[in-house]
Amino acid sequence: MEYIPNIIFAIALMLGVGYFTRNVKKLIRNIKLGREVDASDSKAQRWKNMAMIALGQSKMVKRPIAGIMHVVVYIGFVIINIEVLEIIIDGLFGTHRIGLEVLPPSVYGFLIGSFEILAVLVLVAVAVFWLRRNIINVKRFLSAEMKGWPKNDGNIILYFEVVLMCLFLVMNATDTQFQELGSGNVVSQFIAPWFEGLSPSALYTIERTAWWLHILGILVFLNYLYFSKHLHILLAFPNTYYGSVEVKGKFNNLETVTNEVKLMMDPNADPFAAPAEGDVEEEPAKFGASDVMDLNQIQLLNAYTCTECGRCTSACPANLTGKKLSPRKIMMDTRDRLEEVGKNIDANGGEFKDDGKQLLGDYITNEELWACTTCNACVEECPVSINPLSIILDMRRYLVMEQSAAPMELNNMMSNIENNGAPWPYNQQDRLNWANEV
Amino acid sequence: MSEKLRVPTMAEFMAEGKEPEILFWVGSAGSYDDRAKKITKAFVKILNKANVDFAVLGSEESNTGDVAKRAGNEFLFQMQAMMNIEVLNGYGIKRIVTCDPHSFNCLKNEYPGLGGIYDVIHHTQYIKELMSKGRLTLEGNTYKGKRITFHDPCYLGRANSEYEAPRDVLKKTNATLVEMKRHKSTALCCGAGGAQMFKEPEKGNMDINILRTEDALETKPEIIATGCPYCKTMMMDGVKFKEKEGEISVLDIAEVIANS
Repeated sequence: MEYIPNIIFAIALMLGVGYFTRNVKKLIRNIKLGREVDASDSKAQRWKNMAMIALGQSKMVKRPIAGIMHVVVYIGFVIINIEVLEIIIDGLFGTHRIGLEVLPPSVYGFLIGSFEILAVLVLVAVAVFWLRRNIINVKRFLSAEMKGWPKNDGNIILYFEVVLMCLFLVMNATDTQFQELGSGNVVSQFIAPWFEGLSPSALYTIERTAWWLHILGILVFLNYLYFSKHLHILLAFPNTYYGSVEVKGKFNNLETVTNEVKLMMDPNADPFAAPAEGDVEEEPAKFGASDVMDLNQIQLLNAYTCTECGRCTSACPANLTGKKLSPRKIMMDTRDRLEEVGKNIDANGGEFKDDGKQLLGDYITNEELWACTTCNACVEECPVSINPLSIILDMRRYLVMEQSAAPMELNNMMSNIENNGAPWPYNQQDRLNWANEV
Repeated sequence: MSEKLRVPTMAEFMAEGKEPEILFWVGSAGSYDDRAKKITKAFVKILNKANVDFAVLGSEESNTGDVAKRAGNEFLFQMQAMMNIEVLNGYGIKRIVTCDPHSFNCLKNEYPGLGGIYDVIHHTQYIKELMSKGRLTLEGNTYKGKRITFHDPCYLGRANSEYEAPRDVLKKTNATLVEMKRHKSTALCCGAGGAQMFKEPEKGNMDINILRTEDALETKPEIIATGCPYCKTMMMDGVKFKEKEGEISVLDIAEVIANS
């Protein structure tokens, strides 16, 4: 009988971690639906980016208020989770506060004391975040794409954090042994009096309940991640690693196009040449992207990493002047469509069945795509190295090269370039006329 | 500009069996657009004054294909790029300067992958270089004490992290530089990039160049300086829209320096 809690704990832990692992595998499978992309270059720079941007939060603090609050929650989250290690050991082996047995009381007290202080700081930061989202109404949280689930998601995460922090503090406050130790209860000593007068067994029950709810809550939260924008706490790391190491102005040159252009410009190429014997007739590559499978794996990782903070959108010149384009929506749409495709695959025994839908048109409209000035403000703003611009460009490529669906004025501009080597209908021979004008 | 500009072409250099120090990539706007041509001429005036042995391609130059690429037409871009690379490599060009940040970015970052590898610099960087080598000195005090605000072109600033060269050059005029709230990496686009220059904007509540002009007007400038022919057009239109063209002039840095 005495092992029942240990067994229940082990089962809960297995279920929690197991279900999470299952979803992570699904996430990786979905990302791999994208085109492969080579990111084996610049390893040192990539590690540095990850250390600075994800671990060091260097871009978060560009906006000081939200940035500093975020750093508090981030540090709180990472450090308080050391406590989870103790909880897991205690849970599995039926010990109580194993840390006290292996560490000197002063060291243990220092650790728990810092956790308690951080817990309070996290509560303060979370309160500020809640106010920003619900009362102060910071503009970037009010955009059209933030209605419904995205708004609730943001709040649910905050409530989770409040509950987890409170349970942690109550757990410490009602642990008589820990309070008597008098080391590390920097915050909980002020909460302990609220429970004065309760019988030792009642206190024990509250302590155990808080302990169990705390760890179960963490496991539930872990599994909530996959369904939430909060995935960024994990994916920010790979995402900043795989983020671009080139200057922002450099857009990729499509290799498939290069091959065709070279063939076109090669005077010795025979366009009617029969394929060499043994050559398998390859399906012509699709230019640009109309659905998530046409995007590359880094772009899909970007989509799952987006935490919908909207810094991109708040800096986007098109969005600031009332156009429909919102870089954040581009990322959310990409993620939502990818999830839809993933569910389709699950429902059809591992194979995608055409659902008559695609990212272009059903999620992202041409109007949004054509409003982009390619100014890179969104890329500059993103605190976790997401590049919405690359998705916009790939979709424009599809519109132009597969559908000839550019706005009329752009078609005129492009045929001018083709015919006269300038976007306007001027003769190339007149290109130097300016030199003779006064 | 009373003196006649000296604008030798690459073909002339070739005929004489000589090599220029640098190739001046004029770009489509700089060749044909009236407001941009003023930038081109001002820059040539600077080059002439500094006795730079430069050349242009003239009618052998064609559009870089940058705007086609941003519009999504990778085919057209690569065809333009390969044609230009053939010409540039044929002449053995090593160094290129241009007044257009879009050409600058495209030649510098996107041509190498297609076989066109050059040392490409923006004209503000080249002017800075000429000044620091003592080849170009400013005599006049045309802009002394004038309030100038500089609008960062996206393809020079954010795209290539060059924020200082234009400012360093402007400081040499002894003007008072005032910054807009959004500047350097947070600068707002003028609204012309990504092929917007060639189309009507999508439905919204304002044009981007008006918003950017408002940013500039907040600094109460006498001059809005730009470093891109498209930015210049957009800001001029914005100033005109605000009916401030009597008080505020929009000038490219090349024009500011040529007048100094």
